[in-house]
Amino acid sequence: MSDPAVRPLAPKAHDDHPPFLYRDYKSTVLRSPQKELVRIVQTLSETTGPGPAWSEVSSEDADLTTNAGTGGMAIGPRIIVTGSVLDQNGEPVPGMLVEIWQANAAGRYAHWRDSESSAPLDPNFLGMGQTVTDGQGVYRFTTVKPGPYPWGNHPNAWRPSHIHFSLMGPALGSRLVTQMYFEGDPMLGLDPIFNAVPAHSRERMIAAYDHHVTEENWATGHSWDIVIRGRLATPTDPEVG
Amino acid sequence: MASLGETPSQTVGPFFSIGISGPDENVLAHGDLPGERIRVEGRVLDGEGAPIGDALVEVWQANSLGRYRHPDDSRDEISLDEGFTGFGRAATIFETGEYWIDTVKPGPVPDPEGEMQAPHLCLIVQARGLLNPLFTRLYFPDETEANNHDLVLRMVALERRSTLVASQEDGDPGVYRFDIRLSGEGETVFFDV
Repeated sequence: MSDPAVRPLAPKAHDDHPPFLYRDYKSTVLRSPQKELVRIVQTLSETTGPGPAWSEVSSEDADLTTNAGTGGMAIGPRIIVTGSVLDQNGEPVPGMLVEIWQANAAGRYAHWRDSESSAPLDPNFLGMGQTVTDGQGVYRFTTVKPGPYPWGNHPNAWRPSHIHFSLMGPALGSRLVTQMYFEGDPMLGLDPIFNAVPAHSRERMIAAYDHHVTEENWATGHSWDIVIRGRLATPTDPEVG
Repeated sequence: MASLGETPSQTVGPFFSIGISGPDENVLAHGDLPGERIRVEGRVLDGEGAPIGDALVEVWQANSLGRYRHPDDSRDEISLDEGFTGFGRAATIFETGEYWIDTVKPGPVPDPEGEMQAPHLCLIVQARGLLNPLFTRLYFPDETEANNHDLVLRMVALERRSTLVASQEDGDPGVYRFDIRLSGEGETVFFDV
């Protein structure tokens, strides 16, 4: 029997990520493990992962302004969000599914649990989309800018405008779910979910306005690269030698 | 080597199901897929034992012969099954915190030392209030011998290993019960992978 190569991931950079317990974000209190994570050796189970297979069976649906299929167009500032998916070695990650979900321009999700919201639903907006990165690891969505919305975490709590992103990555341990925020949003500093991330890496979640992406008479452009965990470089890698 | 900073993790929040858990994504086994059909069911629980009705449980597994559908699993002598990706995901039921997954029991896969691991499912748990994904494994109660020799399970303190082994009720073959406790008493073992 041939011996499949185990190509381990570089150790997770825990210091770049939020802690589990962040008391200002109240829901973390009862949902954070109290015991240390158990460090395990990476086996084929961890160095493989669902990314490649799941990307193959998923369909692309990258225009959220029309994908409700009503024939109408979503209301709100139309935006293009694009960027590269890279691993931490700087290698593009092609062929990878990127899934997003978001509130509508009024700050309401098309989700039954958001039914107490006083903001209106948009019948032409589902707030979900997916695409697969191209050969250079580039993704691109057209959507509307999500509105901020209130939540119950603390008095007068508001989530800044954000889009949820989900990526499987090439290995189990490169799974990433994150949120993309908008440059210059004054509400960012007030948001405990944003602030749970260590100060040095918060800006990695912020998309920049990009006039090169903006399309005349159509949509404003926003650029945001996503970096997922990469493989550990080995002495046999040509880059290293 | 260039080293870029990882994009930080954020919670899936309470509304992820509009984006990342379509109906039937918890059913991995369709048609005449080879292998032993199993159902995994359980609850996701918080630090007070209360059910978490907005959790996402994702599964990654080998097929019944022990091969992953992934470019790094190059063992071509073991066949893959058409239509079986080895991935699925289930959102817990809001009122009860219950999830279930229909799949096949995975075959054994090798560890880096060349020994066979005990059959297992890799699980990723996410939820509102979880700022990072949690990684764990489900092992099978009817694989005691293999479990005792499993490289990963042996890295877990003996008194906590039982949190990784599903239970099975008499008269319900093929149904495995696996509750996931995020915090506190009986906390499930989570891995730094």
